[in-house]
Amino acid sequence: MLYSEKVMDHFRNPRNVGKMDDADGIGEVGNAKCGDIMKMYIKVDNDGIITDVKFNTFGCGSAIATSSIATEMIKGRSIDEALTLSNRAVVEALDGLPAHKIHCSVLAEEAVKAAVKDYYDKNGIEYDKEMFKEVSCEHCE
Amino acid sequence: MRVYADNAATTKMSERAKGVMIDYLDKFYGNASSLHSTGQEAAEKLQEARKSIADAIGADPIEIYFTSGGSEADNQAIVSAANIGKRKKKMHIISTAFEHHAVLHTLNKLEKEGFEVTLLDVHENGLVTAQQVADAIREDTCLVTIMYANNEIGTVQPIAEIGEVCRKAGVLFHTDAVQAIGHIPVNVKKDKVDMLSASAHKFKGPKGVGFLYAKRGIILSNIIEGGAQERGKRAGTENIPAIAAMAEALNESIENMEKANEKVTKMRDMLIEGLSKVPHSKVNGDMSAHLPGTVNMCFEGIEGESLLLMLDADGICASSGSACTSGSLDPSHVLLALGIPHEVAHGSLRLSISDENTEEEMKHIIESVPKVVDYLRNMSPVWESLEKGEREHFI
Repeated sequence: MLYSEKVMDHFRNPRNVGKMDDADGIGEVGNAKCGDIMKMYIKVDNDGIITDVKFNTFGCGSAIATSSIATEMIKGRSIDEALTLSNRAVVEALDGLPAHKIHCSVLAEEAVKAAVKDYYDKNGIEYDKEMFKEVSCEHCE
Repeated sequence: MRVYADNAATTKMSERAKGVMIDYLDKFYGNASSLHSTGQEAAEKLQEARKSIADAIGADPIEIYFTSGGSEADNQAIVSAANIGKRKKKMHIISTAFEHHAVLHTLNKLEKEGFEVTLLDVHENGLVTAQQVADAIREDTCLVTIMYANNEIGTVQPIAEIGEVCRKAGVLFHTDAVQAIGHIPVNVKKDKVDMLSASAHKFKGPKGVGFLYAKRGIILSNIIEGGAQERGKRAGTENIPAIAAMAEALNESIENMEKANEKVTKMRDMLIEGLSKVPHSKVNGDMSAHLPGTVNMCFEGIEGESLLLMLDADGICASSGSACTSGSLDPSHVLLALGIPHEVAHGSLRLSISDENTEEEMKHIIESVPKVVDYLRNMSPVWESLEKGEREHFI
């Protein structure tokens, strides 16, 4: 099999899939031209805890699986904790990804960060811009 | 229910071909180059198969060279024509943008060696015209290589007309007929082709065997050196059971062609009718010049690999031209050559059926695909933006 059982489980039964009308932060990353777009919605309470997460993804099996597991990994966590989520952690949690699918895990990490950045921007919270460097895709240029 | 709808990728061997192969493994295991009886019996069977294949396509037995399959035949045909051209200082080759990579990658290699390659436009309908070929031929053109039928979208090129143009211009003409042989009538004389590639596993023969037809007088260059097999042009002990099974499969396919195509075309049309009801979907390629069993469609707002995985879970084996299934970031070069945008090409589905499929299976596909497309669209931000009008529909 191309994918681990964990990947197939998250692909077939994605967690937290959907949209959120009253999201506190929305992040969209990727490019339709390259075949992956992830959109992540977060709900944040007054203590800075992510109380709810939803995602919508256009992409391959691993794009859907990485989005799904990333939502599980940040739900109930603080914003600060969510920002530490690395693509490597996503790959490990899925029991690995094929080499040419690693970029999906990078997108999942970026989607979380983009949602947090949107939350910061909307709430006038100051942050270190270095943390949210835009990753450009050479392929799409 | 398991529905195998990926016959353009490979076919299941026919019972007759399998029977021949097993029988030959038992009886004709000799090396055709050996002088003893066991070897000579094998050599005789090899010649029988060669004659049977030659007869099936209107060739002479000495014009058939057995290879490991279509890719090797494509490589050898193109490299041979290039070497012939180079000796005459003719270093221009004409092909199309949507050839199989066995052709395109070989052409890339030749470009690095100083050849100039013109890739003809295949238009929105997936067809090239003989006029385009005529217009592209130059004094220094040594080869025209154009596929008989496209592997992804199934369009059938006007090969006989192109052959006529090439013959008049005195330019060698090669066709990759891997998807056509055994599915539609192919005759090297009527089609005026000088070289032709074929692969057994696309017409219910075994994998790992194919052949190159090269018209008498064409000097082939070796891709594999090391022995006098295939008139010194392709070294390696011949796989006689596989070659004989290929001959059997080809003859069987030709015998059954008319009846099979009637059945397959009917099922294909069912698929097209049923699946075209999905909003914002599109059939790719001209259906008037087309293989009987191949349907290629795009569904906007979704990605092909997830579509395939979902269909597989529903028992349907199909294929896609999405980037993820190709292992690169680019979707199918075939769909891009048709002018389909990247984001739409990612959502393609190829169903390729055979006469072993049933109408009941088609009904299953027609029920399953729209459900899966709907499900994936519901979670697709691309579909969301299409629906909101933030992004324009292509289809």
